[in-house]
Amino acid sequence: MIAKKYDASKDKQFQILDQNGKVVNEKMEPKLPKETLLKMYKTAVLGRNADIKALQYQRQGRMLTYAPNMGQEAAQIGMAAAMEPQDWNSPMYRELNTLLYRGDKLENVFLYWYGNERGSIKPEGVKILPTNIIIGSQSNIAAGLAMASKIRKTNEVTAFTIGDGGTAHGEFYEGLNFAASFKAPVVAVIQNNQWAISTPVRKASNSETLAQKGVAFGIPYIQVDGNDMLAMYVASKEAMDRARKGDGPTLIEAFTYRMGPHTTSDDPSIYRTKEEENEWAKKDQIARFKTYLINKGYWSEEEDKKLEEEVLAEINDTFKKVESYGANVELIEIFEHTYAEMTPQLKEQYEEHKKYLEGVK
Amino acid sequence: MAIITLLEAINQAIDQAMEKDESIVVFGEDAGFEGGVFRVTAGLQKKYGETRVFDTPIAESAIVGSAVGMAINGLKPIAEIQFDGFIFPGYTDLVTHAARMRNRSRGQFTVPMVLRLPHGGGIRALEHHSEALEVLFGSIPGLKVVTPSTPYDAKGLLLAAINDPDPVVFLEPKRIYRAGKQEVPAEMYEIPIGKAKVVKQGTDMTVVAWGSIVREVEKAVKLVEAEGISVEIIDLRTISPIDEETILNSVKKTGKFMVVTEAVKSYGPAAELITMVNEKAFFHLEAAPVRFTGFDITVPLARGEHYHFPQPEKIAAYIRKLAKARP
Repeated sequence: MIAKKYDASKDKQFQILDQNGKVVNEKMEPKLPKETLLKMYKTAVLGRNADIKALQYQRQGRMLTYAPNMGQEAAQIGMAAAMEPQDWNSPMYRELNTLLYRGDKLENVFLYWYGNERGSIKPEGVKILPTNIIIGSQSNIAAGLAMASKIRKTNEVTAFTIGDGGTAHGEFYEGLNFAASFKAPVVAVIQNNQWAISTPVRKASNSETLAQKGVAFGIPYIQVDGNDMLAMYVASKEAMDRARKGDGPTLIEAFTYRMGPHTTSDDPSIYRTKEEENEWAKKDQIARFKTYLINKGYWSEEEDKKLEEEVLAEINDTFKKVESYGANVELIEIFEHTYAEMTPQLKEQYEEHKKYLEGVK
Repeated sequence: MAIITLLEAINQAIDQAMEKDESIVVFGEDAGFEGGVFRVTAGLQKKYGETRVFDTPIAESAIVGSAVGMAINGLKPIAEIQFDGFIFPGYTDLVTHAARMRNRSRGQFTVPMVLRLPHGGGIRALEHHSEALEVLFGSIPGLKVVTPSTPYDAKGLLLAAINDPDPVVFLEPKRIYRAGKQEVPAEMYEIPIGKAKVVKQGTDMTVVAWGSIVREVEKAVKLVEAEGISVEIIDLRTISPIDEETILNSVKKTGKFMVVTEAVKSYGPAAELITMVNEKAFFHLEAAPVRFTGFDITVPLARGEHYHFPQPEKIAAYIRKLAKARP
């Protein structure tokens, strides 16, 4: 088991690709088909550019508050690529690349952050719970999803993701303790991006690593270079296989970096240094994964340029579409999903407001 | 028909529902092997096995939150919180997930769970064991809140709650778990959620109560009947959504309205009911509506609880006063 070999409590971090895109751990290099590797890369490029554009749209007053994922693409995609279609995600709100990799539409994601719940409607078969702004409880829900999978014998695994800040929440411990006690098929991934808004991880936890919190649950734990797409894939795959076999949860800490602000309302320049940002920029996942693909003969700079253009056009078209109907919310849609059927009180409130609106017209 | 207690009626409802529907699971701290501290789920683990009826770690947040996950993923969880005052760590999961998942996913994911919660005071328990927190649940969009006052209602309402497509908080009046028995049909039946019951017809005023307080109101009404005061008693049965029709029809007939509850006075459920009556039946009222509630205090320890818990004599005093009130 990799988790045993790379003991996070002894400061060992699991890595396959170094920051120059060189394979430094050949024995662990996964034998993934070319098309999978390219899907991983293309998703990361789309996700990165979508983030950059969303920030621009927000600055132009066209987008509402948005939570960028820049810097966390590998942690999200490495995990997502290790999942089977029947598996569940109980995600945090910063999860764009997981959504894109598993088949949600960029249009939906933009629409949601644009302020329209219609963006929460996932395409058929995308088993990811909707965006949840509250931190922590995804651990509890994951325990429940996975307990149901085990009881119903469905061969599903549930991956839940949480930030370093989220590990300070009680629910993180309750949920993971539940999952461990029931040996529920759960893979817990902490995306340690070093900052909970302005609070650094060293102030939020006294543990050497967040991974070693797994000791308390009696489950395997591992700290992975979260900017290494391959290492994230391999560690996640092993955890998924373990969970699917009935051996219970694994805790993975993806050691990574939030390159952008916490949200568009945040200004990281007041709490972190340019030096720190520059150091982490050198470890960025997209460049190193690109080098790996080029070295393998799977990719070229020309193809990369073309991809960049295609992606930007796609983002541009998508956002225009979102803007064209984004604010077009029917009154009934505000009321109809509170209960399976509207209560008498809700019906009355709906009718009253409808009449008012008709009068206004 | 067997004559059983409210507690036995709940047990029977769960038992029959589990027999019919394999997706139902029952869990909570001590809810499995022991059948809960009140023994409400006693015998179920033996009958349905540890996979469907199980004990959990003492972790209310995870009990509620995992029920949400199970409900999304094809099970029908019936989760137990040991005492009402222990709900607070689980409240986040209830309010931010159970109540919102349907809306958040535009109906793609739903949470058909039942949260069983022994409710209210009067059993001389410890601190945090006697709360009446219906306003915390009744004010949350997406939740339904139900409470029975008789064994018959307990079975019918619980079966309706189990079959409801939305999350239902099922408040069990622990004071009358074993106090009194009633004939309960052996077959499965449902009492619709959202329908109140006229317990006793009357002409001088309408008194609404729920849970164990219905019995205290009945005792109070017996005290004033000899004095010629005729009271219509309504058992609310569902805290949310409120059955406005039954209450308004009654108030239009009697012209006077009172709510009796052990919940707090300020911002409490009585305030909601009285506002509703004021909004919709104001011109039928012959006197200002009255609320007789618990005080705005932390529930007292056992020796002082009788001051706080609505007693029949004091309810009767309020009834007499309202009966005398003239426009």
